[in-house]
Amino acid sequence: MLKRTKMTTYDKAALVVLFVVGLGLLLVVLTDGYNIALFNPKGPIASEQRNLMTFAIGLMLVVIIPSVLLTFFMAWKYRASNKKATYNPNVRHGTVFNLSLWLIPIVFMLIMAVVIWNTTHKLEPNKPIAANSKSLTVQVVAMRWKWLFIYPEQNIATVNFLQIPVGTPVSFKLTADDAPMSSFWVPNLGGQLYAMTGHINHLNLMANTSGDYPGMSAELNGDGFSGMKFTARASSPAVFDDWVRTVKASSSVLDAAEYKKLVRPSKNTPVMLYSSHVQGLYNAVVLKYMHMHPGSYKLAESPHQ
Amino acid sequence: MAQNIASHHEAEANDRVLFGFWIYLMTDLLMFAVLFATYAVLRDSTAGGPSDRELFRLPLAFTGTLLLLTSSFTCGIGMIAARQYKKFQTLLWFGITFLLGLAFLTLEVVEFRELIHEGHTWQSSAWLSSFFSLVGTHGLHIISGLLWMAVCMVFIVKRGLNSSMIRKLTLLSLFWHFLDIVWIFIFTIVYLMAFV
Amino acid sequence: MKEFLLGKLSLKALPHEWSTIGATMTFLVGALVLVLLITRLKRWKWLWNEWLTSVDPKKIGIMYFIVATFMLLRGGLDAVMIWLQQALSSGASNGYLSAAHFQQIFTAHGNIMVFFVAMGFMFGLINYVVPLQIGARDLASPFLNTLGFWLYVAGAIMINLFFVLGGEYAATGWLAVAPLSGTQFSPGVGVDYLIWSLQISGIGTTLGGINFVMTILKMRAPGMTLRKMPMFTWASLCSMVMVVTVFPILTVTLFLLFFDRYLGMHFFTTDLGGNAMMYTNLIWMWGHPEVYILMLPAFGIYSEVVSTFSGKRIASYTSQVLGMIGVSTLALLVWLHHFFTMGAGANVNAFFGIMTTVIAIPTAVLVFNWIATMYKGRIRFKTPMLWFLGFISVFSFGGLAGLLLAVPPANFQLHNSLFLVAHFHTMVIGGVLFGIFAGITYWFPKVTGFKLNERIGRYAFWGWIIGFCMAFIPLYVLGFMGATRRLDHYDSSTGWQPLFILALIGGIIISVAVVLQIIQIIASVIQKRQLADTTGDPWYGRTLEWATPSPPPFYNFATIPTVTARDAYWEIKRHGGLPKPKYEDIHMPKNTAYGIYVSAFAFLAGFAFVWHINWLAIVGIIGAIVCVIIRTFDEHVEYTITADEVEKIESKMRKKNLAADGQGEEMGLWDFVKIVITFIADIFRKKLWRRI
Repeated sequence: MLKRTKMTTYDKAALVVLFVVGLGLLLVVLTDGYNIALFNPKGPIASEQRNLMTFAIGLMLVVIIPSVLLTFFMAWKYRASNKKATYNPNVRHGTVFNLSLWLIPIVFMLIMAVVIWNTTHKLEPNKPIAANSKSLTVQVVAMRWKWLFIYPEQNIATVNFLQIPVGTPVSFKLTADDAPMSSFWVPNLGGQLYAMTGHINHLNLMANTSGDYPGMSAELNGDGFSGMKFTARASSPAVFDDWVRTVKASSSVLDAAEYKKLVRPSKNTPVMLYSSHVQGLYNAVVLKYMHMHPGSYKLAESPHQ
Repeated sequence: MAQNIASHHEAEANDRVLFGFWIYLMTDLLMFAVLFATYAVLRDSTAGGPSDRELFRLPLAFTGTLLLLTSSFTCGIGMIAARQYKKFQTLLWFGITFLLGLAFLTLEVVEFRELIHEGHTWQSSAWLSSFFSLVGTHGLHIISGLLWMAVCMVFIVKRGLNSSMIRKLTLLSLFWHFLDIVWIFIFTIVYLMAFV
Repeated sequence: MKEFLLGKLSLKALPHEWSTIGATMTFLVGALVLVLLITRLKRWKWLWNEWLTSVDPKKIGIMYFIVATFMLLRGGLDAVMIWLQQALSSGASNGYLSAAHFQQIFTAHGNIMVFFVAMGFMFGLINYVVPLQIGARDLASPFLNTLGFWLYVAGAIMINLFFVLGGEYAATGWLAVAPLSGTQFSPGVGVDYLIWSLQISGIGTTLGGINFVMTILKMRAPGMTLRKMPMFTWASLCSMVMVVTVFPILTVTLFLLFFDRYLGMHFFTTDLGGNAMMYTNLIWMWGHPEVYILMLPAFGIYSEVVSTFSGKRIASYTSQVLGMIGVSTLALLVWLHHFFTMGAGANVNAFFGIMTTVIAIPTAVLVFNWIATMYKGRIRFKTPMLWFLGFISVFSFGGLAGLLLAVPPANFQLHNSLFLVAHFHTMVIGGVLFGIFAGITYWFPKVTGFKLNERIGRYAFWGWIIGFCMAFIPLYVLGFMGATRRLDHYDSSTGWQPLFILALIGGIIISVAVVLQIIQIIASVIQKRQLADTTGDPWYGRTLEWATPSPPPFYNFATIPTVTARDAYWEIKRHGGLPKPKYEDIHMPKNTAYGIYVSAFAFLAGFAFVWHINWLAIVGIIGAIVCVIIRTFDEHVEYTITADEVEKIESKMRKKNLAADGQGEEMGLWDFVKIVITFIADIFRKKLWRRI
């Protein structure tokens, strides 16, 4: 018969490690096959952002893992029951100690500061993406609780569905109508940007691979918030052109009356396709809120850049 | 010996209260700073309506400024009298301060009423919301100061001018001078800069 | 006429949904039980004179704890409801909460945890401990102290009042961002309840901040220069200076939102020139320093705990102080990192991103300092030390997440995702809450006179760590999967549900850990003779609070000690202990009910503003002003205890301490269960209900 002994520190440490590793494995199993969007980039912006995150995590782990391990090492070595360790309550930590206390974090933060300055400028959302194809403009109006996408160059509009050609830089102009602040986010393609009434926020994204990518509002904006989802479909340019032709054959038209109906609050709005939209609709929406602020904002650029 | 300990105890307490009141004044200053920042941001948000240049009457505001500055001066004289335990003079000069403050407030009310009568209210635009809030908050502080002054004067009559009363008057005069300084900023940033 | 009298109040405001009816019933039953109990024990006068009107910071501290504990349970219930909804509401199922209700729950959860739990516990600890640590008898202004506490209570009542009247809370998120919080998108009374509960308790906090700064700077024992102050006092000073600096911003911002809603102004509306982005800036200019206001006292607690349980002074006092001052100063310069995605442009974003990483420097210095303090120490692993180790393990990784969020392009992918939620919960739970637990278990013997049960405390600790990991590591993963926060429902194709279920299990484990903590306290009370602290210094402490009996007399010190060095009590012990006391007359402040009266009027005014009852608002404001005038013109606010009376109290305390015994073994969990079963069996066997 086995004698029951008390758990030693090593046993407890082993249990902790087992728990952490077990939890990690469980998480890997549970997420297998699903879209870990931030590490599954489908466009150059998302790729750069993923690389940046990986680098930052790695750099920080270089400091953090030794610190945590050192903490536990100190706690274990200088535990009261360890008679072999010296106990010196009057230990004086000198200049070298004090300096390294400050210098180690300062060095790491300097590296981070340089990285932040460079990447923030490089990945500024309104910077156009360099590519071989001509860019596509999509004007985005966040409403309660749906997304209106206006393609000014193609003269079509869609609700809660966005199709873009692969390899083409897309220039999103974000605003909102009769809605609180919303945030336009397609994690597989890149980071988000706010869509606010009376403002135009300029977000540049591009898809490198065909596929359907989930999009949403990342900013709480009321009752129908969780239903404010859309699909961003990236397809080859040929398929994209086909799709535009299909939409142009649609019976619905986004005229003034239809727009008035659309802007009314509605939840879980189904996808809608409009074969044409009112000229200058987007500018009118922005101007509706902007005419009180003379001179402080730039109007949406002409669709033919 | 006991007297020394008691007065030492009181002096320490006075020092503490004064210090605490300074900290409070700093928090009040921060609140005004936020209101000023808000005003600066919303200065041009007139919603297509008339701007500050068109609506403000500088002579009115200037007169108010002079009244308030004078009241700060008379408040100072009142404090000198109080520290010399001269009850009548203290009441006289704080009374004059009170009337000057009241006059200032009246001019402000007149200005507000005129604007509202012409249809320019705090609901008309963001700029007007900010104007009424900033100047109105200062006005509310003036009302508080006047109330404080009146209560002090009543208690001086009832209980006489003792050291505790002088401490209260010191804090009041600090508050009053503080409001005067804030007004200088308001007059400059809100009124004068409208015409620059 | 009805509109004049009642404003927007009507019968419709009374509870008529399962949640509001349930909550109202719970409050009523709870209040009834409490009233009956106090009446039965004939303790009304005692309650009023000894506790409610007390200005003793020790009593006020304990009252803060009691209210904060109640609010912790309320906020924790909100958390369980959130976990449950998100675990259930996938695909075809919509969970058990409507979207609006769910949004109100997480909004209330945030407000309660930040304003009423964390602030409550911190103010409780600072109230109790700081005067003892600096050798003072009370705070600089006893009246402001009780006023601040009762304003806090008024706010706590206000945030629960919507269950009874109104039926809705704000559904805007804890900071009520505009324009969502304006009347256009939130026309009900929910946001108004948010505004006034935060405003009233916020003013209480500001008054407390002024009071503590005055106290720490002006009332230290002779010989205690700033550079000899204990770490917790330094941390509290830095925190309170931040309070005094940034709470005015919150006050004004809430007023401006209130003006928009009540007076039809246009600060943050979408039309007529309103600037919603300005609200975001203002609220975060307060909001970011607020989290450091909570964090710094926790850092102070960790410093005390590490130093005491390693038997060593803090490795570098100067670096620790500079680190804390650095954190508090830098905290004022980083607010924009909460909204990089609003589109401020690369230069602005980069500046704030860099400032945010700079804050990591003093924080890292603090951590390294603690590690160095353990070097060549003799470490005892009592419960407070366990909480410190738990903090290091968890907080470091939360800090990593924070640094990731500080990089704007990375932030664009992580903003408002569950990664963010996991990050700030790691900081608040792993940093602030664990610090509060360390502080409570550390100073408990000082407050009550007996230690806490270590065995059950360890179980609770492990429960918290395991529960926390299971509840929040899945959230980090969900963030990486592109899951945004505050969703009441999501598609099953996302594959998120298993992770939400894992988080729910973690939440259940945390709930068990909280139950264990309650059991820990009850078990300690049952065994208080065995666990008694007879010396006043159960941990071989280093700072002055351990130089008093446990619990200390109401005047703290019979004679204020003279301080000659840092770790004042350690020095005193090294030189043979406290000198023979020379008793002298002590001046103490009288109790006052005016804190309660002013807060009651303030509550009425806030309530009136919520329901647009103008006459009541005027009554509330005038009432509060009149009470303040009456109190400030009251010249008789102190009383004296003669030297003889002090000597009598001291000798009685000495006799009481000698009678207590500190022997016996701590009970374990199974022993506790047996006691409970026996107790319940006794109730039935001896028909104890007949005694009521």
